[in-house]
Amino acid sequence: MKVKMQTRGLDVFYGEKQALQSVDLEIHANEVTALIGPSGCGKSTYLRCLNRMNDVVPGCRVSGDVTLDGRDIYDSKLDVVKLRARVGMVFQKPNPFPKSIYENVAYGPRIHGIARTKSDLDELVRQSLRKAGLLEEVESRLDESGTSLSGGQQQRLCIARAIAVSPEVILMDEPCSALDPIATARVEELIDELREQFTIVIVTHSMQQAARVSQRTAFFHLGSLVEVGETGKIFTNPAEKRTQDYITGRFG
Amino acid sequence: MSSDGAGRPERREEVEERADRRLRRRYASERAFRTAGLVAIAFSLSALGALLGSIVLDATGALTVHSVRLELDLDPAQLDPYGDRSPDSLASGNAAAVLRSGLASEFPEVTGRSEKRALGELLSVGASYDLLDRIVAEPELLGSRLEFRALLSDDADLALRGETEEGVDEADRKLSGAQQAWLASLSERGRIENHWNLRFLTTGDSRDPEIAGVQGAIRGSFLTLIVTLLLSFPLGVAAAIYLEEFAPRNRLTDLIEVNINNLAAVPSIVFGLLGLAVFLNVFGLPRSAPLVGGMVLGLMTLPTVIIAARAALSAVPPSIREAALGVGASPTQAVLHHVVPQALPGILTGTIIGMARALGETAPLLMIGMVAFIVDLPTGPTDPSTVLPVQIYLWAEAPERAFAARTAAAILVLLGFLVTMNSVAVWVRRRFESRV
Repeated sequence: MKVKMQTRGLDVFYGEKQALQSVDLEIHANEVTALIGPSGCGKSTYLRCLNRMNDVVPGCRVSGDVTLDGRDIYDSKLDVVKLRARVGMVFQKPNPFPKSIYENVAYGPRIHGIARTKSDLDELVRQSLRKAGLLEEVESRLDESGTSLSGGQQQRLCIARAIAVSPEVILMDEPCSALDPIATARVEELIDELREQFTIVIVTHSMQQAARVSQRTAFFHLGSLVEVGETGKIFTNPAEKRTQDYITGRFG
Repeated sequence: MSSDGAGRPERREEVEERADRRLRRRYASERAFRTAGLVAIAFSLSALGALLGSIVLDATGALTVHSVRLELDLDPAQLDPYGDRSPDSLASGNAAAVLRSGLASEFPEVTGRSEKRALGELLSVGASYDLLDRIVAEPELLGSRLEFRALLSDDADLALRGETEEGVDEADRKLSGAQQAWLASLSERGRIENHWNLRFLTTGDSRDPEIAGVQGAIRGSFLTLIVTLLLSFPLGVAAAIYLEEFAPRNRLTDLIEVNINNLAAVPSIVFGLLGLAVFLNVFGLPRSAPLVGGMVLGLMTLPTVIIAARAALSAVPPSIREAALGVGASPTQAVLHHVVPQALPGILTGTIIGMARALGETAPLLMIGMVAFIVDLPTGPTDPSTVLPVQIYLWAEAPERAFAARTAAAILVLLGFLVTMNSVAVWVRRRFESRV
């Protein structure tokens, strides 16, 4: 199994407070890795380290190694903009730009200069929307505002926006927490399809969701990684007692 | 329930009684509160109504002016002194003499020199300007007879409006008894016309109220506001974007923020003094110029724009920034492509309100000499000019009674511009908000 991203001895501080301590974790290529754990355990913080979104949080300090294909992403020579084009992100609350559906998807390719001509860009937008399973629903109204879509559609639009720049890794921070069960099912199906092409890391509060969509699961508690392994094994036969307690609903 | 004992039902009634009393008091105080609010609104509305009503009433005297229709002999000897019908020659014609003789022909009984002069004083100097303009435009009229509408002087105009000078000594009156009699006679013969005072909107200031206009002040205000906008909008928005989106939070930026808030509260005349000391005395820029006025007002408006723009920027949800950064936009791209467009309605509203405040400002402009009496219409930002509020101030101080109506009319013009600007602010906000 190919390792796509890796962290070793990752510590994160928000001011004085330590949010993560010494996390060692491997993200395998073309797999869905689920990060689970109670609120405040550091799983979102971990996710945001993988494309340096923590850089914009004031007072946030990161130490340790984070690598993408073996290269340190916190290396000062590495351009953070290029990194984020390779490691895309989907947020907890659907946050489409208050622009047209087309512009939402076209924005990334445009700023990275991915499409050469207008027709290339049109094709790329349609392809991304198709991959996100949204094209059929919005094909006739690409120039309507992205914010006029339903919550589930907005989230799939955000996924289309993320994959339009053809990233290698997609980070998802509780992508379904604001969606109803039907929209959630659509997004989960989508994640499963996207796995063939992308490496996916997903933070979720729902253990059923982690069990449904992921191949590997990592359990975080109080800022440290407790256990990581095959999803089937974590949910049926965890090695740690804390994991067992959490997945059976005894705390968290 | 009934078996619970004799004491309890009574106590429950007491409790309910107390609760009812309290409820009634609560409703009463709610009604009182609402009434107080209504009274406050009614009071402000009636105060506003009284103010506007009195201004509009005062301004009616300036909306129309009186003229007299005269049969004029367009004598080439008077109106074409060089005899070549060139514009130069026509422009230096003695129109006043032609008008005076036209008026004198209506009153053949008037023969004495001083009487004739008194008769001529009924006409405004504006009538001569009008006649000269007419002749320059149509030289072929020379030598013919022309029915001409000649503007009357401000005192004649006031007399025709029924503003008598009772209680003033005969010798001190603006119009003598004979002059009043002539006016009455002209009026009886149907020669007097009351028509719209269009000149008020098209000419510059004048010593003669009947031909004074606000066009010069409107142009001055316009040029000044353009300079103000060009200075305060880009600087203010750039400062706001930097402070809100990029600047680190530390002592220095805190200090800057406190100072910006203080600057917004500095009395405007202080900015005028600054303009006088720096722009005029150090840089040697021209006095009374919209350029300097605009720079002073721009400095004054800058903190307002910065504060409004910062508020608008911080109201943009952070999720938009994250979304942009998440697809690999640089911080600058995230701000310029997504945050600023979202904040634009708020920024523009703040700017327009700041500009409206600048439009009504007098004090700082007095300091840099925009209070001068200027007849010519300004054509560029370095021409001497005045602005609407200063024009109002000048006219309010003028001794001629007819300027009172001009003052009120100029106030209406200023209020009109303010209302327009504020409506534009509302419209801009709606327009941009519905697009998002």
